[in-house]
Amino acid sequence: MNSNVVLSLKDITKKYPGVLALDRVSLDFMEGEVHALLGENGAGKSTLIKAVAGAIDLDGGLITVNGVEHPKMTPHISRGLGIEVIYQEFNLVPTMSVAENIFLGDRTNKSILVDFKTMKTKTREIFSLFNVDINPDAMVQDLPPAKQQIVEIAKAVSKNVKILIMDEPSAPLSVAEVEHMFDIIRHLKQSGVSVIYISHRLEEVFRISDRVTVMRDGQYVATKLTKETNRKELIGLMVGRELKESYPARSNPRGEIALEVKNLSGNGDKDISFSVRKGEILGISGLVGAGRTELAMLLFGADPIESGEIWVEGKPVQIQSPQDAIQNGIGLLTEDRKGKGLFLEMGVGWNISFPIIRRLSKYGIVNTKTENEIAEKYKQRINIKTPSLMQRVINLSGGNQQKVVLAKSLAAESDILIFDEPTRGIDVGAKQEIYHLMRELANNGIAILMISSEMEELLGMSDRIIVLCEGKLAGEVKREQFSQDYILDLASGTH
Amino acid sequence: MKNQDTFKGNLGGRISYAMRAYAPLMILIGLVILFTFISPNFMTSYNIRILIRQVSFTAISAVGLMFVMIGGGIDLSIGSQIILTNIVLSIMMVDFQIPLIIGIPLTLVLGTILGIINGMLSIKLKIHPLIVTLGTAAIYKGLGFIIASSRNIMGFPDFFRFFGQGYIGPIPVPIVVMIIVALIGNFVLVRTYFGRYTFALGGNEEAARLAGVNTNRMKVTLFAICGFISAITSILLLSRVFAGQTSTGAGIEFDCLTAALLGGVSFKGGEGTIFGLITGVLIIGVLNNAMQLASFPDFSQNVVKGVVLLAAVGFDTYQKNRKAKETVARVAA
Repeated sequence: MNSNVVLSLKDITKKYPGVLALDRVSLDFMEGEVHALLGENGAGKSTLIKAVAGAIDLDGGLITVNGVEHPKMTPHISRGLGIEVIYQEFNLVPTMSVAENIFLGDRTNKSILVDFKTMKTKTREIFSLFNVDINPDAMVQDLPPAKQQIVEIAKAVSKNVKILIMDEPSAPLSVAEVEHMFDIIRHLKQSGVSVIYISHRLEEVFRISDRVTVMRDGQYVATKLTKETNRKELIGLMVGRELKESYPARSNPRGEIALEVKNLSGNGDKDISFSVRKGEILGISGLVGAGRTELAMLLFGADPIESGEIWVEGKPVQIQSPQDAIQNGIGLLTEDRKGKGLFLEMGVGWNISFPIIRRLSKYGIVNTKTENEIAEKYKQRINIKTPSLMQRVINLSGGNQQKVVLAKSLAAESDILIFDEPTRGIDVGAKQEIYHLMRELANNGIAILMISSEMEELLGMSDRIIVLCEGKLAGEVKREQFSQDYILDLASGTH
Repeated sequence: MKNQDTFKGNLGGRISYAMRAYAPLMILIGLVILFTFISPNFMTSYNIRILIRQVSFTAISAVGLMFVMIGGGIDLSIGSQIILTNIVLSIMMVDFQIPLIIGIPLTLVLGTILGIINGMLSIKLKIHPLIVTLGTAAIYKGLGFIIASSRNIMGFPDFFRFFGQGYIGPIPVPIVVMIIVALIGNFVLVRTYFGRYTFALGGNEEAARLAGVNTNRMKVTLFAICGFISAITSILLLSRVFAGQTSTGAGIEFDCLTAALLGGVSFKGGEGTIFGLITGVLIIGVLNNAMQLASFPDFSQNVVKGVVLLAAVGFDTYQKNRKAKETVARVAA
């Protein structure tokens, strides 16, 4: 890292109806640095990126790139300056090959024909720089998310990227894959590329970044040298107060067995057995692809069981559809809340009452009074921040959307709740609330299964952890054995 | 629908929301005012009654189509279902002398079965309903032609005229049926859990499935409803034309579809109101009627209808996109 400022933002301001999304933000980015951008949801990180990428019109402020002022940034100018953004939702064409995607919009020669040969050669060159092996002819839709991410990075590199902006790049990746991505980022950094790295995961910020800037409510808060700050300070800056990232106290679950799984197979999982007691939070750990979500889908009847038994409260049950699962008191909070958990265009109340709407009906007609009472009850109980029950879910923040998903399961009066990545993509404050809610539910006798990729969360919340590896149960870890290394060993199959 | 109302904090938002929700109605009112001035014969009680009776057949079928569309599907076989049920009912009455009291229920059952076939094919073959019903449309129509064997089937009992030509008080029977079908349709969509399930299916099928909805059964049921309602239209049309012809009802699905889109029913599913739908049907009806009064040539009528459809849906999509962008930006901010 040297001290050349490549990108300088001065008094950047952006207004949306009713919201000041960016409020006079000033910030410099250096050549060859990895600069992390931190902030809760709604802090203005994404808007800031859009400003730099020229995707939005500003209401004030000036962007300077390499000493040249750009009073009106457009996507075209931004790209021309070597600024590339990798958004959370990939911008790849699934039905085209890797090479075609990388050179999409570029012409490698002057002919009207596509020069596949040059494209492929250049693609291989970039991949060898990264030390990865991806077939340039492979269809993007056939690649796992981690490799798609690498294709995105390769695409940026092929365009002579000077400033690479990555929005939550690690979200779809496993631990090993994140490592690999870090290697690539370090490599880019050495060749003078500046990387702006946005993430909710603090540990990553400490591992990869040189400097870190915290934003809050559309305002610049502070920039720190990563070496000279710590977790507690950053969290404090993010939430605007000293907030201890703490986990609610455990109580010793001594309840009866709520759910027992015996030799369950299906959906890629093989011969899995475990049990959960009432009041217990059972963590489920494993790398991406270990079959954790697949297990959840089996237990919830969303995918067919090949063999094995599920026992609820000491009795064997047949679970062949989500309906069966719901009737047996099992609730699922899916990891993909937007794609599978919510009706985004519908209101908060509509969403909360949906799973029980049939029960709330007489002769098929919905009793809207009871419906509203129930929706209101759960809205208040778990503190969903919404102006009204009519508000469309799409307008809520990630944390509040997750609470709506939770409210749905609570309204269905589930006795067994499966949380799949309960805090993915939600901010620190909302995380705390979700943790406390989960513990409170457990204390009220609900059995909880929690799938999580965040080690700290698993260790902090679980009463016991089971680890999956390649579709099999790799081990069970009791409280007194909790350690990150031990669990990672089990998860990676080295144990 | 009350439950879909958006919370709007500011005046600008409220106006744009009202514009979106009531745009079809405003187009309708605008057209009515325009034609009242242009054509003196337009705003007469006689003409209005004719106009509404003209549209009532489309309106009834459109309610069936709307159920399928809100659930995320589409039915292009409505016209062909009408052709087939029309011919079958004609043959039952004329060739087999089956009394109406049996013939009409059988026709309704047949319509429902045709719908169930559409639904079963889409869930079993896992093909998009657009393709499935394009296929069944050809089959149903072909079957109708085969069993009609180019006859013009006539000789119905005289009181069969009642359904298409009769009156209840001052109101033509098809209009009464339209009002009943629309009211029941609205009630089912807004007040019942079945209505919720329908919106959920079209809004997010996977989320509906994970919330315990039997999505396959829902799809088949929606197609069955559409088939049942098409059979109602078929009976009314047969009574009105009073002869079994293979041309009756042909192509009606495109008027239904145009009306639905004009009235704000989403092509992607999860959105739509009976109020909007009826407004859409009336817009088409007013255009048809007024242009006939003004003796526009047939072909230019088609051009006008096409332009109105594209303008209305284009405006709606533009509004939605703008809103979506604002929302995304606000959420991301």
